[in-house]
Amino acid sequence: MAKVLVFSEVSKDKVKPVTLEILGKAAGQDVDVAVFGDLSDDQVKVLGDYGAKKVHKLKGDNLDKYSAEGYSNALKGFIESQGYDYVFSGATAVGKDMMPRLATQFDAGLASDVVNFIFEGDNFSATRPLFAGKCLAKVEIQGPKPHFVSVRPNALGMPESPAGGSAEAAEASVDAGNIRAAIKEIIASASEKADLTEANIIISGGRAMKNSENFSILHECAEVIGATVGASRAAVDSGYASPDMQVGQTGKTVSPSLYIACGISGAIQHLAGMRTSKVIVAINSDPDAPIFTKADYGIVGDLFKIVPILTEELKKIQG
Amino acid sequence: MNIFVCVKQVPDTETKVQPNADGTFIETTSIKWIMNPYDEFAVEQALLVKADNPGSTVTVVRVGGVKDTEALRTALAMGADDAVLVEAEDNLDSYTIAKALKGGIEKTGKQPDVIFAGKQGIDDDALQVPQVLAQMLDFPAVSVIVGYEKSGDNISVKREIEGGALEVYEVSTPCVLATNKGINTPRYASLPGIMKAKRKPMQQLSLADVGVSEDDKRLKYSDFRLPPEKPPGKKFDATDEAKQQEVVAEVVKLLREEAKVL
Repeated sequence: MAKVLVFSEVSKDKVKPVTLEILGKAAGQDVDVAVFGDLSDDQVKVLGDYGAKKVHKLKGDNLDKYSAEGYSNALKGFIESQGYDYVFSGATAVGKDMMPRLATQFDAGLASDVVNFIFEGDNFSATRPLFAGKCLAKVEIQGPKPHFVSVRPNALGMPESPAGGSAEAAEASVDAGNIRAAIKEIIASASEKADLTEANIIISGGRAMKNSENFSILHECAEVIGATVGASRAAVDSGYASPDMQVGQTGKTVSPSLYIACGISGAIQHLAGMRTSKVIVAINSDPDAPIFTKADYGIVGDLFKIVPILTEELKKIQG
Repeated sequence: MNIFVCVKQVPDTETKVQPNADGTFIETTSIKWIMNPYDEFAVEQALLVKADNPGSTVTVVRVGGVKDTEALRTALAMGADDAVLVEAEDNLDSYTIAKALKGGIEKTGKQPDVIFAGKQGIDDDALQVPQVLAQMLDFPAVSVIVGYEKSGDNISVKREIEGGALEVYEVSTPCVLATNKGINTPRYASLPGIMKAKRKPMQQLSLADVGVSEDDKRLKYSDFRLPPEKPPGKKFDATDEAKQQEVVAEVVKLLREEAKVL
């Protein structure tokens, strides 16, 4: 049985859902969870329910705000004191940034952004998408332990039913050390919408949107179904949409339940970024557009006519 | 200032990826190689910083195959001063690449002030090298940056996090900064720039020269495969305006009753 630590970020006294996904998949190993700062008894109970043996609340100066240096220094000391074989986190903004630094403090390997993993006896292996998901590969970690793994949120899925254990809460003091890159300020996003990578529904526009003003028809439709608006590289490079809206190999890789592509032809690099969406709808005037090969439901027609009708139809079922 | 830029050469984004025969990587024989798109922002940012700090030099460093040196030539043509190429396979893991980059930088004999890199290589999508390199050099690092400003002796950068929110960092030099799209608009290499690039110095090293061996490999890849294909979907013709209402209503019904996503 491997000794495993799952590091979880906490926001508004809630651990990240990906933490529970990891706990579910790591069932059968000896698993602890570590968080910075406080965590309510309720959340400790939830973690125990999903299989955590111990929940370590790590406390120290300069850990109230994220920093790659502070978090990795603090975790390094703690991990050494406990002797873990494997250390996991979600491949979130924090996980992607901090885990490489933490692993390197041990001269150890990190399998980042994995979408599946398995413990088999003394062996561990994971599956990673490469080339924005154009292919998958098996990855094994070699060299000194602990071995590090970051897991893509929403990839494993929640365990069907929690194992139903109970976790012991513990506290440890940790040292963030010297922080030379520190957050001075956080600028909240102007949009209240879910991030593309976390969105349940995405409606995206391509070059055929013709200009940035026309994106308003997508926003109106998004409003009705609580979707986030995305864009193709062609739309971003033409200045119709901002870079943070870009879906594709050089933008964001997304996997919503529903992806609606409007006026997007379906370049390979775009398909790579959205092909794992559960259901894909394509609206395009070109019946031969490659996007139709990936679409569950394709509508051949003028998006400027179709999208407003779609918005109205969606209003009907929402109402 | 001694400015460094780490660049990677990756298959063009329009590449149709095929696993190779033994499943250890992809088939690379007929691939068009380009500079990693996120690295173009790193090169551009380095050139902007150089322009603000007369007397600075920009050195580009790359670890990878030498059949094609497109990425380094592009960076030199954009205006970088010199290049270091560490010859290696194209499918090394992030730890090995970072260690080789560190060795390549040290071989120049220059102390880096700022090292730029793209936030991720669009081949293995690992997002590791900037922070791994920074830790190896004991430098601070900020990744996914979309803004750069001088702030006294320090640098102020904006890092993009989930939901488009931004973290504003103050970071001391030397440091590693990993660029995201949106930080700048990379220049095109001019024709004179391309001609000049041919005469710019490029130091070529082996992995052994920079102290990297087989023992440094941290990841072992196998079983490269294509993701499962989806079965073909349903396609509706709504080119005729009279039919549009009916088609859209049908698709919404299917989304609700068949796909169950609404």
